[in-house]
Amino acid sequence: MSHWIVAPVVLPAMLAAFMVLATRRHPGVQRVLSMGGAVSLLAIALGLAWQAGDGTINVYLLGDWAAPFGIVLVADRLSTYMVLLTAILALPVLLHAIGSGWDTRGRHFHALFHFQLMGIMGAFLTGDLFNLFVFFEVLLIASYGLVIHSGGAVRLKAGVQYVIYNLLGSTLFLFALGTLYAEAGSLNMADLAGRVAAIPAEGTAAIRVAAVLLLLVFAVKAALVPLHFWLPAAYAEAPGPVAALFAIMTKVGAYAIIRVYTLIFPPDLSATQGLHGAWLLPLALVSLALGMIGVLAARRLDRLVAFSVIGSMGMVLTAIALFTPAGIAAALYYIAHSTLAAAALFLLVDIVAAQRGGHGTRIESAPSFAGGPLAAGLFFAAAIAMTGLPPLSGFLGKLLILDAAFASPRAAWVWAVVLAASLVAVLGFARAGSAVFWKSRGPDVPDTPDTQLDDSVPPSQVRAAQAPPAGPVVAVGALLALLALQTVLAGPMTAHMRATAQQLFAPEPYISTVLSAQGKEMSSDHGSEGGH
Amino acid sequence: MELLIASAIGIMTAAGFYLVLRLRTFPVIVGTALLTYAVNVFLFASGGLRTGAPPILRDGVEAYADPLPQALVLTAIVISFGMTAVVVVISLGAYLGAGEDRVNDDGPRIDPVRAGRAR
Repeated sequence: MSHWIVAPVVLPAMLAAFMVLATRRHPGVQRVLSMGGAVSLLAIALGLAWQAGDGTINVYLLGDWAAPFGIVLVADRLSTYMVLLTAILALPVLLHAIGSGWDTRGRHFHALFHFQLMGIMGAFLTGDLFNLFVFFEVLLIASYGLVIHSGGAVRLKAGVQYVIYNLLGSTLFLFALGTLYAEAGSLNMADLAGRVAAIPAEGTAAIRVAAVLLLLVFAVKAALVPLHFWLPAAYAEAPGPVAALFAIMTKVGAYAIIRVYTLIFPPDLSATQGLHGAWLLPLALVSLALGMIGVLAARRLDRLVAFSVIGSMGMVLTAIALFTPAGIAAALYYIAHSTLAAAALFLLVDIVAAQRGGHGTRIESAPSFAGGPLAAGLFFAAAIAMTGLPPLSGFLGKLLILDAAFASPRAAWVWAVVLAASLVAVLGFARAGSAVFWKSRGPDVPDTPDTQLDDSVPPSQVRAAQAPPAGPVVAVGALLALLALQTVLAGPMTAHMRATAQQLFAPEPYISTVLSAQGKEMSSDHGSEGGH
Repeated sequence: MELLIASAIGIMTAAGFYLVLRLRTFPVIVGTALLTYAVNVFLFASGGLRTGAPPILRDGVEAYADPLPQALVLTAIVISFGMTAVVVVISLGAYLGAGEDRVNDDGPRIDPVRAGRAR
């Protein structure tokens, strides 16, 4: 049993605790530790992904208790892929936070950042539903701190809405888990797969309720349309690097849907057949349309990006809702793309807001600012990626999704909505880009100072006349380079995604590996301690 | 006993939802607290209701209570307590910063008469 599987959870946890306790007054030391932690996390994630690449499923028994009794961490292709994506995202985001000075506007940015990473990594790796709930709470409680990082009335208000909404989501999750446990008698995912399938046909009412409740919970996390209200304000008001890190948080919901609805409630399970598939696809299409219309209607750049996140989640969930290997593979490819593209846009908007001073993120013409052409170029590239125009990976992802939908009976709907939404998104980004970058007035034109200073303007706005700092620009460039890399490596990557989807749709090895992992011996003589 | 527990959960959930839908932050927080109480009782009951049965192995005992929901509910209590504390602190900060504690976005200002009633 390799201990590396638990490292993505333990390393950020220890690091964050150490930073809170020992280095709270030393921002320099925090930065070094935080960067070091993120780099080692990336190395560990690469190692895990490489181990799982050939289809082996590695199981880690926490406390060495065997599977249905103890909690397990499972590193299969899907989990390690998501862990790797998180680790890749964390580095540029951290670079931006350090370069733009966001991390020094409160004492605990780096600690919260690593607690958040711990929660995300744990959610991806765990093989136990209740443990998934616990890791959801870990990542949420860290995100509460990050959303209101550096304070301000507007941000606090958005934070309150975000916290309350997610608190309700957590309550719903517990109701779902209680129902599931009462019916199936286990919360281990692999064990549940067998137990749910064994429930006789006449007694499936409660398990169907549990399946729908769980889907609702994950849909809240994934910002599916009727449940998306928490997202725009929270993402728009959060500091730039925090919003960029949150780009992976909606994907936690998508991951949970993929995992639970291929393993525990697979599409061919008679008890829940046609239950969630019937309305997940229409809702995903509505999300896609609504998100992209939001892009067109947004009056602020950060809101625009937040709505594009909703739209791209709609795209991901459309592909997932097909519940075919091709659909899941397309969704996985698109998840990486949309995470990186959204993060790049959030970081870029933060740079632009800092440079524009009092105009902040509002989509209106303003005096041209230092570094404007560079920011315009980066925005152009990121917008191309996000809207899915040809040279970058968004286009390939969209093609994969359209191709996967071809066999579906609702193919016409999927094609129509995806293509129309893309057009709307292109219009929205073009409108915003030309208003902010192209129509900017010359710097010599006297501008009436804006008294309504935006809360979201970072501290660096005092340097508005200077070029943007190097760190954030490099971070955005790195994310765009990763998108380009994803385009170039599309062949091997889609092959890996197909293998991942196949592993998900043939869950027997997963179940048998988890349940047959040998833990410490449990003595039948219950008077004495178990163990070796 | 089943009826008592079930109706207690139901009433607490209904009251919690009513409060969550209120306009101001304070009743909303009380509502989420009520909802977490309801879900804790629900989790506790999910292993089946038995009286006087021990949860751990003991000689000469045949009927046991399910120990797992008790562990789950402990975790859930700790988490929901922490979350409630966090939401109280954040909304206090928001209230002190903005001078008002309405939950929604920038809607129209409430006229004093109706605001007095909403309190």
